[in-house]
Amino acid sequence: MDIIIRGLYKSFEGRPVLENFSATLPEGCCTALMGPSGRGKTTLLRILMGLERADAGKIEGLSRKRLTAVFQEDRLFPDLSARKNLLAVCPGAEGQQADRLLGELGLRESRMQRIREMSGGMKRRVAIARALLAGPQLLLLDEPFGGMDERTRAAAAACILAHTAGATLLLVTHSLAEAELLGAKKVLQMAL
Amino acid sequence: MTHFTTRAKKRLLRIGAVLFWLLVWQLCSMMIKQEILLVSPVSAFLSLLQLAKTGSFWSSIAFSFFKIFLGFLLSLGAGTLLAALSCRFSAVAILLQPAVTVMKATPVASFTILALLWIRSQNLSVLVSFTMAFPILYSNLCEGILCADRELLEMAQVFHMSFWRQLSYIYLPAIFPFFISAVSLSVGLCWKSGIAAEVIGQPAGSVGGALYQAKVFLATRELFAWTAVIITVSLLFEKAVLHLAALARRQLEEK
Repeated sequence: MDIIIRGLYKSFEGRPVLENFSATLPEGCCTALMGPSGRGKTTLLRILMGLERADAGKIEGLSRKRLTAVFQEDRLFPDLSARKNLLAVCPGAEGQQADRLLGELGLRESRMQRIREMSGGMKRRVAIARALLAGPQLLLLDEPFGGMDERTRAAAAACILAHTAGATLLLVTHSLAEAELLGAKKVLQMAL
Repeated sequence: MTHFTTRAKKRLLRIGAVLFWLLVWQLCSMMIKQEILLVSPVSAFLSLLQLAKTGSFWSSIAFSFFKIFLGFLLSLGAGTLLAALSCRFSAVAILLQPAVTVMKATPVASFTILALLWIRSQNLSVLVSFTMAFPILYSNLCEGILCADRELLEMAQVFHMSFWRQLSYIYLPAIFPFFISAVSLSVGLCWKSGIAAEVIGQPAGSVGGALYQAKVFLATRELFAWTAVIITVSLLFEKAVLHLAALARRQLEEK
């Protein structure tokens, strides 16, 4: 089922961030969300996640979907290892699954390393692994490839695609190349 | 090896500092030459040994320790529960604010005398130590809960983490530093205020009661001996509680 967003409004302290925003996210496809900073891309994601309430408007087709996300910030437990981070959030998952996923993202050797000791790019990959391990039907990705070189980015994108067959993806990015990496069928431009 | 020598050196310095103050005490006592005003550390120690031979000495310590520890445990339980409720429901925080402010500002003596009108002196130290420790534990735990990482809590909401997992991975690590500081502050205060309450209420067979008796009969040696006991138990009490808290933290981190 597609996700249909109709006439979404959101303002913070009287300053509108989203004004009459409408869009359709086709099921099983990747949609890229682009636009300059401060135009409500992250706010839209937060509304989809249920972390913000829209002032007006409607979202259809969201309620039955298992949603996971890669946030703009890593939001990992800094004192836990990469592996423990995954298993703490996805208790139903097995250790082997977590190891495999981390391996696919090039973190096999670092899976027992604490997040605090990791580089920015490594943390982003752990955040991606966590979102994938939860088995999403709707995956929201807020600039997921930050701090990664071209090769790592391509490998991470391939891993995301391999683990989200049939799932709906919404990617917030400033780069068309990243949208292409995830095979985005549709690009939404955010502008007020 | 270097680590070991540094630790050994520190320990030696600490022992040296204690010996220095004992020496100052001894010299002052020798200068005053009136044991009724200031006994020497040797006399106080000998008096302590004498007291330690009696059964009532140990039963007094056990009585006071049990009552004060009970007061501390009750304040820890109530502080934790009410801090959690206050952070969840602002109405609870608003309701408790005046009570906590009054508890913080009321002197031990006023509270003890008032409490004597309501309860038996036997249970006085339970209530007084509870009243002294509760505001510290409650305020610190509230602060700790509010310090929990908002971003991680949002992540937990999106990933549908259970309450117990949120507690274990997000709240407890945030609360722990505040908990440790609250415990180390309140344990000593509990013990001191509990004994002060016993001195005023004089329950039979308590350390505070014995201290008062020693004062009434001008038994300065015993007075110093009991004071030494109070200081020692306070230090041991604090060390034991902090050790337990550190153990709990290690368990949490290893999980």
